[in-house]
Amino acid sequence: MSRISKEEVKHVAHLARLSIKEEEADLFTKQLDDIITYAEQLNELDTEGVEPTTHVLDLQNVMRKDEPKKWIEKEDALKNAPDHQGGQYKVPSILE
Amino acid sequence: MSLFEHSLRELKDKLHSKEINVTDLVNESYNRIEEVDEQVKAFLTLNKEAALKQAAELDEARGDDAAKLFGLPIGVKDNIVTKGLRTTAASQFLDNFEDPLYNATVVNKLNEAKSVTIGKLNMDEFAMGSSNENSSYYATRNPWNTDYVPGGSSGGSAASVAAGEVPFSLGSDTGGSIRQPAAFCGVVGLKPTYGRVSRFGLIAFASSLDQIGPITRSVEDNAYLLETIAGYDNMDSTSANVEVPSYTDALTGDVKGLKIAVPKEYLGEGVAPEVKEAVQAALKKYEELGATWDEVSLPHSKYAVATYYLLSSSEASANLARFDGVRYGKRTENAETMLDMFKRSRSEGFGNEVKRRIMLGTFALSSGYYDAYYKKAQQVRTLIKNDFEKVLEDYDVIVGPTTPTPAFKVGEKIDDPLTMYANDILTIPVNLAGVPGISVPCGFSSDGLPIGLQIIGRHFDECSVYRAAHAYEQATDFHKQRPSLGGAR
Repeated sequence: MSRISKEEVKHVAHLARLSIKEEEADLFTKQLDDIITYAEQLNELDTEGVEPTTHVLDLQNVMRKDEPKKWIEKEDALKNAPDHQGGQYKVPSILE
Repeated sequence: MSLFEHSLRELKDKLHSKEINVTDLVNESYNRIEEVDEQVKAFLTLNKEAALKQAAELDEARGDDAAKLFGLPIGVKDNIVTKGLRTTAASQFLDNFEDPLYNATVVNKLNEAKSVTIGKLNMDEFAMGSSNENSSYYATRNPWNTDYVPGGSSGGSAASVAAGEVPFSLGSDTGGSIRQPAAFCGVVGLKPTYGRVSRFGLIAFASSLDQIGPITRSVEDNAYLLETIAGYDNMDSTSANVEVPSYTDALTGDVKGLKIAVPKEYLGEGVAPEVKEAVQAALKKYEELGATWDEVSLPHSKYAVATYYLLSSSEASANLARFDGVRYGKRTENAETMLDMFKRSRSEGFGNEVKRRIMLGTFALSSGYYDAYYKKAQQVRTLIKNDFEKVLEDYDVIVGPTTPTPAFKVGEKIDDPLTMYANDILTIPVNLAGVPGISVPCGFSSDGLPIGLQIIGRHFDECSVYRAAHAYEQATDFHKQRPSLGGAR
């Protein structure tokens, strides 16, 4: 039984903001299905009651005052941008 | 003989006594790069003009040479951000990222220590890969035999040191990306304890696993570089506020009474006979040096690869969302809408391995699958971490191979993601547990390719790892061998 269908792969690509061609969708479906099938070996383990590890160290939240400070100049912030105008990043229309 | 046959501390002495100057060292790097990099392809961007200018300035200021890395030429992996110096992470998405605005904390530390950055090193795109074949520019080759991969993802970092282009470099390690290429290229590579080195300015792949670490020709140089880059950083809230000891002081050469654990899973099925023999010979050497070893078990080892790919891909899918074509990087032509712009920019900018992992991660985090895949993997991570902690209660270090086989041929595994992933089976568990691990040369295959010995320690006990690695290294001469590339150096 396949773990992930081609339609699901296309949906996941959309969620991840990727556009994939039809033949890519075929290849990714096969490869992702193999990887997910492989990953299902984790189901051999009983993890009932096992705490998930999100972090290996016993970390504390680091708090600081929310104060504005100088980081970079506006013109520097814009200099690697693909497009900008009037001191702002420029993007295509947001509403379709 | 290359100047880089000398240790970093010897080079410092030679600079201090004016036997050599900084410009000599920097020229040594660029001359060697000119000689061999067409074959090795370790560098993506050279910093030649600025480096030579800096060298001349340092030579003017020779009275002031106390800084720890004064005048020493270093290579930096291309996922570590360098102000004003192109940083691509080997991705077409960042091909035009010519002018980064700030330095990673490790780069600031290198600058304070007055090293000279020679250039940016090739890697698998966004550090996703084990062979450097996922670089969107060109695949780095193994200096020992250019038909073979150098390993990855820090392939350029390891190959540049092995080829004598730089005496030391920085890499990053998420699932073995420092240790595996160090093993394949016959150099020394350490993945520090998670939190030991600031990740600020490291282009994030999997934030709960990524660590920056040193790649060098000797354990002493490695310890010397870690002393410079380790420590708490208020720009990285996951960096640990734990004192940085003198790692070079730990290199006593004495391992009498050292208790070594050897996981049976690390010498089992899938590990090449030559690799097993090399590791067994290393254990014999440790016995001669007065250490003892016992076979132990890390019972959840076989689940590490699956756990790792679910967790690292999930984290990557979130981290790589920042590449949207708005503030920097790739922007597709003539997109009609914002959504279309995002999708096409990302699809044109990312390679297939990156897309595959983003999709796997998005899937594992998506509603309906989160508990079955992501949370399950986090729980298994706990079991893997507990395995290590239990063994390290009774033993000082864990020893085994770094990789199941020596380097493989270019093209051999690139078409099958799972075969490629299996290559990291012995390094991945170390990242999941967050403990430090080093790879040191421990032999050669019948094909003349290096084999790496992996030594793993407790959280923040890099001292024991270094001590064990150094004593072994000093008792053997594998680390003194050099590839014959472009004339032996």
